[in-house]
Amino acid sequence: MPQYFHSVTLDVDKCKGCTNCIKRCPMEAIRVHDGKATIMEERCIDCGECIRCCPNHAKIALTDTIKKLSEYKYNIALPAPSFFAQFKENENINDILKAFLRIGFDEVFEVALAAEIVAYIVHRQLANKKLKKPLFSSACPAVLRLMQIKFPDLLRQVTHVLTPMEVAARIAKVEAAKKTNIAYDDIGAFFISPCAAKVTEMKQPMTTKHSAVNGVIGANLIYKDIVKNLGKGLANNKKDNEDSEELHKATKNGMAWGYLTGESKNIDFGTTLAVSEIHNVISLLEEIERGELKNVDFIELQACTAGCVGGPLNIQNNFVGRVHLRNLIGQCGAKPAHYAEKELLTMYEKGHFESTEPIRPNAIMTLDKDVSKALIKMEHLDQLTDELPGLDCGACGSPNCRALAEDIIRGIAFETDCVIKLRDRVKTLAEEIFELARIIPPAMADNSKKEKKK
Amino acid sequence: MVDSLQYTPQITLEFPIGEKDFFMAGESASRVKKTLQQLGLKQDIIRRVAIIIYEAAMNVAIHASHGLLTVHIDPESISIQTDDKGVGIPDIELAMREGYSTAPYEAQEMGFGAGMGLPNMKQCSDELSLDTKVGKGTTLKAKVYFISKEHPG
Repeated sequence: MPQYFHSVTLDVDKCKGCTNCIKRCPMEAIRVHDGKATIMEERCIDCGECIRCCPNHAKIALTDTIKKLSEYKYNIALPAPSFFAQFKENENINDILKAFLRIGFDEVFEVALAAEIVAYIVHRQLANKKLKKPLFSSACPAVLRLMQIKFPDLLRQVTHVLTPMEVAARIAKVEAAKKTNIAYDDIGAFFISPCAAKVTEMKQPMTTKHSAVNGVIGANLIYKDIVKNLGKGLANNKKDNEDSEELHKATKNGMAWGYLTGESKNIDFGTTLAVSEIHNVISLLEEIERGELKNVDFIELQACTAGCVGGPLNIQNNFVGRVHLRNLIGQCGAKPAHYAEKELLTMYEKGHFESTEPIRPNAIMTLDKDVSKALIKMEHLDQLTDELPGLDCGACGSPNCRALAEDIIRGIAFETDCVIKLRDRVKTLAEEIFELARIIPPAMADNSKKEKKK
Repeated sequence: MVDSLQYTPQITLEFPIGEKDFFMAGESASRVKKTLQQLGLKQDIIRRVAIIIYEAAMNVAIHASHGLLTVHIDPESISIQTDDKGVGIPDIELAMREGYSTAPYEAQEMGFGAGMGLPNMKQCSDELSLDTKVGKGTTLKAKVYFISKEHPG
């Protein structure tokens, strides 16, 4: 596997080389060179901002498709809570879940159910352990990757718990293996995802060595199949008895993880704060790094506006989706939680679903390993920045003048990439040519003088 | 190219701070933080410097009419200085006490001026000095060494 895998990639044929994406990327990770955008792999956090803003739809998320189901003997769908926000409120959750069985899955396990477990564990950790607060959610992988690069000092305060996706895959596969006698490795767990970051998280997990998830299918790729199969009987006779079965086991607490504030309300401990949209997340983390916000216990951070309902692979507008999900949750009523308190307590005490790997800092912004050399580069960088026009136009292919100066220092760009600088050079050159043109070789007669004499 | 043996590289960043310019404190702290990350300094150093800059700039915004924040970086240390025109500090010892605040009501209402600024800065810096003239202004100098001399904070 290459050093970096990213779900967010470029469709080269569609890219027209405009500069919309370079401006929106919170990591300044995109450059436009030779008329095409390129993503700097080491900087990308898979937040999906570029997918959202590209007018030519040239930024895509690589996800798995339903074809991958053929690689396993028994397949489980793990729909994210936000997936249900894609449907109208007159649909019913159980029916949506059943549609997964109709399109080829053998079982469906709600990630919302795993979210309830995660909430319980985090609540216990907050209550029992002497942890440095605020504690940050570990659910959004784009935020964690952002922290690795820009806020390494705060990584210690991330909750030591796996994501609901990971927990869901583990429980569902173990239970299915018991029930069916099929080997664990022959069971495929497929997350139905609102975002690209979860694909990257499955392939290169941060909090565990190996992900139990076998595939991540974009909500946009499966939506049509599900819609077509709503409200129909099961195609396969074998599964007929399941037709009457209640598949929807999560409560409204877990379902609400689909939108911002759902997670912190479910964790229900002390003072919580919920922030969405990657630039908002960055400014909040900057405040926290300076030691402000001392009296907050838990912070929910989501890279997408309004939370997972705002994921770039979703169909529905994020705010509309939020309303749909709220209405669907209304159907849940006040049913009891699937897992009894006793079961949850055992999971917590035995340390099930705690993260096993520390999230490592990723110091890619450094100009040089040696401070003195880095300082020399920085001096040069400041000087270059001063000499650039400060228009931040992006025509050079870098997001702003400072970023171009950095690219020059790093050896991936030239000063003449700046159109204003180039224009100055052309002007100087033109003046020099003009000067040269006036010089007459000594052997030649100067016609202009002759004419004057006449 | 410059010879790194004979030449000491250094950079200076300046941030003018106006009266009640509460945004500049945050902005200068994050800009310096970005610079220090690019220089590859340790997380602990970056955190301490960011706190000092934020508190120092905030003090100028809250108490003085205007001032200048200067950040100077060389290969061994970072010096932070604020020079302001303002009321000055009548009793430095009192000002260094945790929880003591003379911040105006409006600043406290915005959540600033909890009386932690100076003690907090002292804890984060290796050297801290204050030169103040009542009714005229204050100069604050703080220094953080990259190779720390047994730092308590």
